[in-house]
Amino acid sequence: MELREGLLYSKSHEWVKEEGDIAVIGLTDYAQSELGDLVFVNLPEEGDEISVGEAFSDVESVKAVSDVYAPVSGTVCEINEELMDAPEKINEEPYEAWFVKVKDITEKEELLSAEEYKAFVESEQE
Amino acid sequence: MLIFEKGKEGRGLSLLPECDVEVVLPEEKNRRELALHLPELSENEISRHYTELAKKCHGVNDGFYPLGSCTMKYNPKINEDMAALPGFTEIHPLQPAHTVQGCMEVMKTLEEYLCEITGMTNMTLQPAAGAHGEFTGLLLIKAYHESRGDKKRTKIIVPDSAHGTNPASAVMAGFSVVSIPSGPDGCVDLEKLREAAGDDVAGLMLTNPNTVGLFDKNILEITKIIHECGGQCYYDGANLNAVMGTVRPGDMGFDVIHLNLHKTFSTPHGGGGPGSGPVGCKEHLAQFLPSVLVEGTDELSFKKAENSIGEMKDFYGNFLVVVRALTYVMTLGKEGIPEASQNAVLNANYMMHKLKDLYTMAYDEVCMHEFVMSLSDLKKKTGVSAMDIAKGLLDNGIHPPTMYFPLIVEEALMVEPTETESKETLDEAIQVFRDLYALAGEDAEQLHNAPVRTPVTRLDEVGAARHPVLKYEF
Repeated sequence: MELREGLLYSKSHEWVKEEGDIAVIGLTDYAQSELGDLVFVNLPEEGDEISVGEAFSDVESVKAVSDVYAPVSGTVCEINEELMDAPEKINEEPYEAWFVKVKDITEKEELLSAEEYKAFVESEQE
Repeated sequence: MLIFEKGKEGRGLSLLPECDVEVVLPEEKNRRELALHLPELSENEISRHYTELAKKCHGVNDGFYPLGSCTMKYNPKINEDMAALPGFTEIHPLQPAHTVQGCMEVMKTLEEYLCEITGMTNMTLQPAAGAHGEFTGLLLIKAYHESRGDKKRTKIIVPDSAHGTNPASAVMAGFSVVSIPSGPDGCVDLEKLREAAGDDVAGLMLTNPNTVGLFDKNILEITKIIHECGGQCYYDGANLNAVMGTVRPGDMGFDVIHLNLHKTFSTPHGGGGPGSGPVGCKEHLAQFLPSVLVEGTDELSFKKAENSIGEMKDFYGNFLVVVRALTYVMTLGKEGIPEASQNAVLNANYMMHKLKDLYTMAYDEVCMHEFVMSLSDLKKKTGVSAMDIAKGLLDNGIHPPTMYFPLIVEEALMVEPTETESKETLDEAIQVFRDLYALAGEDAEQLHNAPVRTPVTRLDEVGAARHPVLKYEF
């Protein structure tokens, strides 16, 4: 399981990168390996409001469709359109394949550091 | 090779009769010339083409087909004999009702039998399949609330183990979906249900036995909680095969139900069926049913319900499927119907019992008509996944169980043997499952590469999903 220092992690397996007032959100390496080969991703639109704990996107693997939950509340200011045509990027480079950028953040989930997230995943596997 | 790549220009056959009606063409200026691209083959070539395709498939006629939640039971041939009777085939939906009284009696009789089996007061045979039935049932619930001026009910509660069609149908019908987690026993968590129940809830969608093959012992409490908050209870009939003739959804407290004739009532399933998803309801919802309903005692006629939600399909649904289902019900009769369900439950428990020392059962208790295994410990130990075991089964002439469903069980295999399999078939399948488990420990690679003995070997599912080719390019 690959982790990146400096990123924050949610218990529903999203990563968050804080760039000033903007939060960049993606799926963790652990999440993509559990989901398997992704074949489709559904993204919100620019301007959409997303809220903590609610699904803002879904990803489809050959096994199933799974929701991706918002670790922050705010307004989507950019989406990674490249993923629509190339969902495999999420499997190949999970920490480069960001889903959305969010601005006007009003609420944040309690997020974990890389080390805390690692411990969380390990405790889940037991 | 596709049929378009076969044959030769000018080759033909004499299967089609001469045209015996006047040919009327549109005016020259309204016509345009386009290549038709119809394959030109002899009768012999066509026959071989389709036989070759059939050989590449695995159906109930080829071998064991324990596809959980799908009830792939044997379809008795007497159903086909009845559906082929000229009185049923040589009719037209626009014929006056008095000339098709026999066919209408078939519909009316099946409606009555299905009401008896489900504990509902009314039934429509119009919806074309299960999800279509779900959509119909939800529109009835919507119409019911709206007719009472109760417009704030926008939510449908669905447990997290539900069939994927449930939340999809709810969204199609304009509701938002509230998913509630299952308890550790795989059943509805009553506390969570109480939290979700409120005056914004339009209804609950549930299947019982549930998606992990367990009969929810709190079912009466569940439907009571929903009724007390003013909601309606919808029963997904996908799992009716476990309980028909023994317990009725209507008596469990459900208000509306859909059935899958192509599962429980032995009509063709898969490959386009066609399916049939009758919807039954209690009296208070009957005024909203789609047309057309059969009414009358001396002469049967078609009638539209008073506040009907409208047509869900052309005419009367898939009529010849209705003929097959009625044949099934009448062949089994009052004693045979519950016996079929009892045998379905017995077969599932027999297989589960004979496998549970090796395979980890998701819920190790007496099951109904199907059971769910979790292969996540096998995968951790050997690298062999549920998918690999499924592919290994194909090499042994067995269709895989349902895989990776329900979503709440990791590496799930969901096995539904059905009542139409003999003890010998079950024993053979049990042995295959046990052998594959042993093989996983000895030679995982062999299972990663399975199947190797089938006409088509392991398919690139990821490639097919990422780059689907959906039409033939001439």
